[in-house]
Amino acid sequence: MPGLATQVERHNVVIAIGGVPVRVNSTDPGFLEMLENRYAGFVGEEAHAEFDFDVDLAAPASADPDADVSVKHRSGRWFMERGDFHAEWEPATGKGWIRQSANPYSIDAVLRIVHTLVLAKQGGFLLHSASAIRDGKAFLFAGVSGAGKTTISRLAPADATLLTDEISYVRKQGEDYFAFGTPFTGELAKLGENTSAPLAALYLLAQGPENKIEAVAAPDAGRELLANMLFFAEDQEMIHWAFQAACDFVHRVPVYRLTFVPDARVWEMIG
Amino acid sequence: MSKKLYVARSPRIAARKLGEEMLVMSAQGSTLFTLNPTATVLWQAADGATPLDEIVERRICAEFEVKPEEAMRDAEALAEDLAKHGILLISEQPISQQPISQQPAATVDFPVQERARR
Repeated sequence: MPGLATQVERHNVVIAIGGVPVRVNSTDPGFLEMLENRYAGFVGEEAHAEFDFDVDLAAPASADPDADVSVKHRSGRWFMERGDFHAEWEPATGKGWIRQSANPYSIDAVLRIVHTLVLAKQGGFLLHSASAIRDGKAFLFAGVSGAGKTTISRLAPADATLLTDEISYVRKQGEDYFAFGTPFTGELAKLGENTSAPLAALYLLAQGPENKIEAVAAPDAGRELLANMLFFAEDQEMIHWAFQAACDFVHRVPVYRLTFVPDARVWEMIG
Repeated sequence: MSKKLYVARSPRIAARKLGEEMLVMSAQGSTLFTLNPTATVLWQAADGATPLDEIVERRICAEFEVKPEEAMRDAEALAEDLAKHGILLISEQPISQQPISQQPAATVDFPVQERARR
């Protein structure tokens, strides 16, 4: 009946990272256009999405961008909060809701959190690492800020496909691990390619006076992997899954310490 | 005569042996610990039903060259340290055990390798 209700037109964009399509709904076409540009290469036309998020845009808050994020689970629902956003997500229904201002950073954080939660139970994870595909095989290059993720990405030869220079997406399929491209960028500010390949090795980066590769024993590999995994939830079950995922990974995938001189010769050792 | 002490692995941890080392992650602060061989034996034997002095006598003294009195003192200190970090529960009564997620194995240079995760 006209006049009694207002039909609110909602538009959407589907962002598929790691093969997981997430539909983002908003009444603001300008916001969605911004997301289409931000996630170019990862925006799909899928009618089906595994998860659906309604975004309510609010006025920008004076938030501390370095504030810690809080991720808590209650009654089947995840509550995610940082100074610049509040989000809720119910895995059983796939429905979620985000309140934020019209910026790409808040939803980026929500997507990272949701993907870590989804991946954990499947034995996968997001990792502070660059990653690339060469000769059909994927390689991870993990390290703290300054360890060389951006450098090794910059030095990648033409026949390497860069998946990310900052946050890698690792998924377990059967007993094998695959690396997927991500739009999560570091200093290179270049989106990864939206493709994937079976993982051949994890390299723990260190810069030094010569190029060398050394095998890393399982306990050290596990510790370093855990130190570089993105992990948000202070939740017992999630900690269990993340821990087991790291332990399983280092049993299946070779882990090496890659000390390198920052020039292109390091890639002669990869692949 | 001193009271019996019972120890049990905390259900709020995940643990697994990698190589020869036992790694334990506590839900409390997502902190990762590496247990040394003595702490691993104690931790694995901590079923909530076996008194600490029996664990010391049957497991620790059997595996390591150490005098029983000295082993008991060290075990009590170690148990308190592990409990302080949320890895172990201590009680003067038997502790009923809930299933926990761990794959038993043996190994602390505890708590020498402790690291809060980023």
